[in-house]
Amino acid sequence: MNDAPVTAPPRAAALALGDDALVLSHRLGEWAGHAPVLEEEVALANIALDLLGQARILLSLVGDEDELAYLREERAFRNLQLVEQPNGDFAQTIARQLYFSTYQLFLYRQLAAGDSAFTGLAAKAVKEVAYHQDHAAHWTLRLGDGTAESHERMARACGALWRYTGEMFEPVEGLEVDWRALEDSWRESVAGVLERATLTLPDGPRSGAWRAGAGRQGLHTEPFGPMLAEMQHLHRSHPGASW
Amino acid sequence: MTAVTAGTAAEATMETTAEGFEAAFDAAVAADERIEPRDWMPEAYRASLVRQIAQHAHSEIIGMQPEANWISRAPSLRRKAILMAKVQDEAGHGLYLYSAAETLGTGREELLDKLHTGRQKYSSIFNYPTLTWADVGAIGWLVDGAAITNQVPLCRCSYGPYARAMVRICKEESFHQRQGYELLLALSNGTPAQHEMAQDAVNRWWWPSLMMFGPPDDESAHSAQSMAWKIKRHSNDELRQRFVDICVPQAEALGLALPDPDLRWNEERGRHDFGAIDWAEFREVLKGNGPCNEQRITQRRRAHEEGAWVRDAAAAYATKRRAGSVPAEDGVRMMEATA
Repeated sequence: MNDAPVTAPPRAAALALGDDALVLSHRLGEWAGHAPVLEEEVALANIALDLLGQARILLSLVGDEDELAYLREERAFRNLQLVEQPNGDFAQTIARQLYFSTYQLFLYRQLAAGDSAFTGLAAKAVKEVAYHQDHAAHWTLRLGDGTAESHERMARACGALWRYTGEMFEPVEGLEVDWRALEDSWRESVAGVLERATLTLPDGPRSGAWRAGAGRQGLHTEPFGPMLAEMQHLHRSHPGASW
Repeated sequence: MTAVTAGTAAEATMETTAEGFEAAFDAAVAADERIEPRDWMPEAYRASLVRQIAQHAHSEIIGMQPEANWISRAPSLRRKAILMAKVQDEAGHGLYLYSAAETLGTGREELLDKLHTGRQKYSSIFNYPTLTWADVGAIGWLVDGAAITNQVPLCRCSYGPYARAMVRICKEESFHQRQGYELLLALSNGTPAQHEMAQDAVNRWWWPSLMMFGPPDDESAHSAQSMAWKIKRHSNDELRQRFVDICVPQAEALGLALPDPDLRWNEERGRHDFGAIDWAEFREVLKGNGPCNEQRITQRRRAHEEGAWVRDAAAAYATKRRAGSVPAEDGVRMMEATA
């Protein structure tokens, strides 16, 4: 991000995108030392690092990255409920990655093609996100079309997270995005991957744990509080210290 | 009679050939040439390398745990990114080293199985717990520092694949070591509570780091042979001394004390004298009775067991592709399908 935005970026939009990346990065970081195969230790950490890099740029657009990450409480975070969901088994992590990275991919493509405070950032991030989507899609195929057990687990994971996918398409103030087109592209892409993985697109409600868009308003799910407590405790224990 | 004579002749030829191979091997080692995977090598040389490289690989993998313990609690986003990158590098080092071991005719699965069943070891240092954030810095400075002191000479190891892996690994380790040092420096120069945290971590990691060089020379079972084969270039005690001499001025620059009342400069030797290592503790840790042995191996085993269904799925999927029942992807990126 060398090209500094001419106008200050809209705070709500930068926080929404930054918090998504920050929180999902944190969740992926929890896999370190627990992955099913060494190559996935590398891959999951790699994706987590990309997301953390995006979060740092986005949060820095609106303030001090550490103050924003470590000193806001749960109600002030603007991330999607999807990204705060616990890792679960590998299938749940992959389903979360598939839903979110596909969303990020089409969102950043639109932002990269537009002309806003996010254009430069999106142009850089879209390359990383394409890799994340590729990784998630390939694992969806392997798990969906692998063994009976992996098929079952992947189907369950896709179903369990489905309810959190609606909030991705609620407009965010300050983001100039064609939300309808975003949702259509997302649905088509995810359905295509799932079909090739011998899975079907779930069809339950997509209203989220409260209502669609709740995460963007600081209404989160219960696992998010403990996640933040762990993430913030050391920083908060030493007010004013630098690290 | 004829058959017997023929047999004896054949045996004699074989013996001459084996002797020839051995002489060629010895000459190559003496001339500092690299031994490569297809070269003849003594079975004991092969076995010794497998043992050492596997243990090294296992140490990278188990070594992810004490540091990963702090990823979710890292106190700034910059430090969190550095730590994640480091743990990722360690997984990568493990992969290099398993590959190097595989050139000797073993397999990653087999080596992991030996780790999980306790038949192969990993570095004793990773059986100590990371109790504060400063431990992440102490591991970078002292543990990675000791590893580098040990590993830089391995870049000239007689076995080519191992030596080449070490060149790559040492570059990244040096980077981690500087980052660890810089982390400790920030704490040492920070608030009184941060300074105290840094000192406490150095107090707890100093002696275990000295133990990383292995038992004293007169008790080191493999040393003499490894040095003769030029797998090792320096003795345990020599490397340990070298490490102490490097650390003393670094500790001064950090403003942190090393927890050894007997540590002092010896003008005559031109090196530092230092206190006695608690070898009883070292042996206990090696026997599996250190603070975290059980926890480390249990977590590793659990990750492997809980990941079995994922590896099975990947294998089943690959088999279906090979069988041709489903169109092969042939590296076609999914993005092209969804773009």
